[in-house]
Amino acid sequence: MSEQGITVRIPTILRPLTGGQKHVEGSGSTLRELLADLDSRHDGLSDRVVDDGTLRRFVNVYVNDEDVRFTGGLDTAVADGDEVTILPAVAGGAGGR
Amino acid sequence: MRVDSVLDTVGNTPLVRLGRLVPGDRVRVWAKLEDRNPTGSVKDRAATWMVRAAEGDGRLRPGATLLEPTSGNTGISLAMAARRGGYHLVVVVPENVSVERVRLLRLYGADVRFSPAAGGSNEAVRVARELSAQHPEWVMLDQYSNEANARAHYESTGPEILADLPEITHFVAGLGTTGTLMGAGRFLREKVPDVQVVAAEPRYGELVYGLRNLGEGFVPELYDETVLDRRFSVGPRDAVRRTRQLLDVEGIWAGVSSGAILHAALGLATQAEKAGERADIAFIVCDGGWKYLSTGAFDGDLDAAEDALDGQLWA
Repeated sequence: MSEQGITVRIPTILRPLTGGQKHVEGSGSTLRELLADLDSRHDGLSDRVVDDGTLRRFVNVYVNDEDVRFTGGLDTAVADGDEVTILPAVAGGAGGR
Repeated sequence: MRVDSVLDTVGNTPLVRLGRLVPGDRVRVWAKLEDRNPTGSVKDRAATWMVRAAEGDGRLRPGATLLEPTSGNTGISLAMAARRGGYHLVVVVPENVSVERVRLLRLYGADVRFSPAAGGSNEAVRVARELSAQHPEWVMLDQYSNEANARAHYESTGPEILADLPEITHFVAGLGTTGTLMGAGRFLREKVPDVQVVAAEPRYGELVYGLRNLGEGFVPELYDETVLDRRFSVGPRDAVRRTRQLLDVEGIWAGVSSGAILHAALGLATQAEKAGERADIAFIVCDGGWKYLSTGAFDGDLDAAEDALDGQLWA
């Protein structure tokens, strides 16, 4: 792993897979490659995010705060220095429901 | 303007250019001031449309009890409509919403029930759906699935924006029930072929996401991702920074959720400027700053505000 890799924010529910770490580093040129790289060190992580080659319905993944479902999904390009966030879908949202 | 009922004062809100924050004529950003609605939020539109639809189809009769999961604004809007229409209102509110929201709900006559803070609005929805099963005679309008919520924006917010800004290139709003984006977004897509519809979604502290199993998340029934072009996640620091900037530079005092939406709008403005493209970006100011006074969003530096908002449902 390069010194300045890709930083991935891990949600509480997945931290058992990362030894409790809130952030992990990874590498790859696409989100798919990044998840495979993470999975090699944090066994089972990819399976919790991806099902049958697509993102799971109730998981949102953001690269530099943009939802990857609108930027190519698992084929979204990533590069060293990027920040990736994995979050469960909640009934949240702006506007004060 | 002279009208028969406070409900007739919903909508027709001003669209204000942010000419100091974004100077120059090629890229312009416009704020749709939804705090000018009768209870002070964009939710007056969804609430009045949902109530009228339920009255129209006979589900809602005088003396009936309404039930709704809400983090505040929709409940306050429904409470106003309930007072005017002669209904009772039970709201299920996450216990980590601001005290102003709870006070306002009670002032307007709502019966406030709390859901656990951990899990945020997901828990409020779950508790409300349980209450609904126990009280089948209560009417749960359910803003997350009620088509009249999105239709309110298809029939009012969208047309108002188009009338004021026919040259619109981007529409930016918050993503909660998704009603604003789905309704106004669909309307604008039909009228303005190349318009971009962009969502800004608040990113809360960890407590709100809880220990939610990734197989059991929540996506509102109204949500149709084909209406959107892009979707951004905005954390509390950026949301507060933009809320303060809007106040300091433009003299507009908005709530923190609006700061999150402004953050996305300014990101689009910067991208258009870099690309040398023309842009007219309209975004929603959901409510004013009043209900956020106790949250800490306006106190101390950004670090202090960010810490204060952690664990709260700030949008």
